[in-house]
Amino acid sequence: MSILVNKDTKVIVQGFTGKEGTFHAEQCIAYGTQIVGGVTPGKGGQTHLGQPVFNSVKDAVNATGATVSMVFVPPAFVGDAVMEAAEAGIELAVVITEGAPVKDMQMAKAHATKHGMMTIGPNCPGVITAGECKIGIMPGSIFKKGNVGLISKSGTLTYEGANQVCNEGYGITTAVGIGGDPIIGLSYKQLLQMFQEDPETEAIVMIGEIGGDLEIQAAAYIKENITKPVVAFIAGQSAPPGKRMGHAGAIISGSAGTAKEKMDALSAVGVEVVVSPAEIGKAVKKVLG
Amino acid sequence: MNIHEYQAKQVFAKYGVPTPKGIIAETVEQAVENAKELGGPIWVVKAQIHAGGRGLGGGVKLAKSIDEVRTLADEILGMTLVTHQTGPEGKLVNKVYIEDGADIQDELYFSVVLDRAAEMPIIMASTEGGMDIETVAENTPEKIIKIAIDPAIGFQGFHARELIFGLGITDKAQQKNMMKFASSIYKAYMETDAEMIEINPLIRTGSGEFIALDGKMGFDDSALGRQPEIAAMRDLSEEDADELEASKYGLSYIALDGEIGCMVNGAGLAMGTMDTINYMGGTPANFLDVGGTANAETVAKGFEIILKNPNVKAIFVNIFGGIVRCDRIANGILEATKLVDVNVPVIVRLDGTNAAEAAVILKNANIDNVIAATDLGDGAAKAVAAAKGEK
Repeated sequence: MSILVNKDTKVIVQGFTGKEGTFHAEQCIAYGTQIVGGVTPGKGGQTHLGQPVFNSVKDAVNATGATVSMVFVPPAFVGDAVMEAAEAGIELAVVITEGAPVKDMQMAKAHATKHGMMTIGPNCPGVITAGECKIGIMPGSIFKKGNVGLISKSGTLTYEGANQVCNEGYGITTAVGIGGDPIIGLSYKQLLQMFQEDPETEAIVMIGEIGGDLEIQAAAYIKENITKPVVAFIAGQSAPPGKRMGHAGAIISGSAGTAKEKMDALSAVGVEVVVSPAEIGKAVKKVLG
Repeated sequence: MNIHEYQAKQVFAKYGVPTPKGIIAETVEQAVENAKELGGPIWVVKAQIHAGGRGLGGGVKLAKSIDEVRTLADEILGMTLVTHQTGPEGKLVNKVYIEDGADIQDELYFSVVLDRAAEMPIIMASTEGGMDIETVAENTPEKIIKIAIDPAIGFQGFHARELIFGLGITDKAQQKNMMKFASSIYKAYMETDAEMIEINPLIRTGSGEFIALDGKMGFDDSALGRQPEIAAMRDLSEEDADELEASKYGLSYIALDGEIGCMVNGAGLAMGTMDTINYMGGTPANFLDVGGTANAETVAKGFEIILKNPNVKAIFVNIFGGIVRCDRIANGILEATKLVDVNVPVIVRLDGTNAAEAAVILKNANIDNVIAATDLGDGAAKAVAAAKGEK
């Protein structure tokens, strides 16, 4: 078991024939992901990486039965692509593209919700179920199969966390990079719930960042609903107030959203909070015994 | 991206939001000419910098004669203004805005920002204008009205009614004025891809009109490509020169006041690296994210920018290669040592894609002050030790 995606998941790629889409689709196929086709408007009927190209998501879904879309279209077209996927009956859109306008994502997320489609991202490394299905840009080799679920706002901290978990002799069920933009799809709360319900997952690592209050909401949710052990790290304890650190989401405004506030909230509900990301692996060992 | 008050007021004017008349000046002579053109009898001379708290810092002054405009413009132009938002180093004032004095009956607060939890824009308004809104939020939160606007339906009558009744506006004409004011600001927010609009104070005049006496606007950087008029308002002199230089090479750099230079891929890991250095008893000298397409040139540029800071006693290169290939970074480090005089110990931790090849490259190069680290904890510990002069 795992969450969201597995070896049977059928995936299409929006922005299939572009440079990024091609490179990463190839990597995903090599990992074992069932990429069953892609969408590039105007190139319908062609074949790319051995798979059919369609003019629309609707055509692709009708022909292939795909339920998940990996989105690599340029930033200005992300909103459009997500809304198209939602209307075509896609169940989960994984948006890798960085730099999508926030207003577009507001509209797209609302539309996706209305059509019952989940999204992950934008501006994220994607989702991987170790040994089965990789939908995104993460280096697949570091994710060994195991019993730890991982949720992270940051791409490279996802790799760092997974690597440490595996070096301690454990492994990953599913790892999800949720992205750090102001508007994101699936967040800690929904994913914590999925990991709680997944029989294979025995512990959960959540990696957060300064800015926003998603981690605070997660703490409240953990208190009421999560019985599995949770390890957490919040990046940005040493970030100066008011300075932006790359991600649009990583902004401290006033007292809300500081690393300390989030760490305290998580500690208070029994989460094993580490001060340095170098301690994530050891903390997992501690909670799993 | 942020813009100046006078630019925000140009945007407001375009959307029919009332503002006092004003003209921007870069010299004292221009300021005097502007004052004459506006006619008086009262003018306000306002320093234009990208920071709040200008009034308290002495950057906004009232003038009752042309001579006074001259004196004040002379005083404010070229001053280094320190406010609670500029940091102790302050900001140099290059422009002053000369504005008509206004007939202020009372001061309100008005803003539109993205509410991340609701995932839609939210209007915040308060009768407690003219003071720090964070203080109002802390002491009298009930005096702040918050109205979320679903972009799918836009600003509707019921939103407007919630606003005017919340602000206690009973006069029919004033109610109409406020409705128009709020819907115009909301329209400006949506159409310009703004991230934030803040008007503090929004004043009510003796004749019952609502006027934006101040204006702050920030925009979504990701949307600037489709907002050429807004993008043209960017004032590079307001931005940090090193950060700007770094951004030309796809590097995201922020100077801090510690001793250990950091070069990392990914914003999250970059912050995590700084946190680890702190945890181990050291202090980071900067935040530097080399991004997903790092190569020899960008790494060399990164070293150059880090080493400009005389406080740097060691550099920690921490790369977890996903898209970034570690062998490229290793070659970048070698290249950098040829292009830049790297005179401090460099601790290198390379993990992920092509890490083994990278280790061989660095080992064969055999550079004196390059120290290999096995993981994040090891690297941070070695960097902290090196910065303290230990081996």
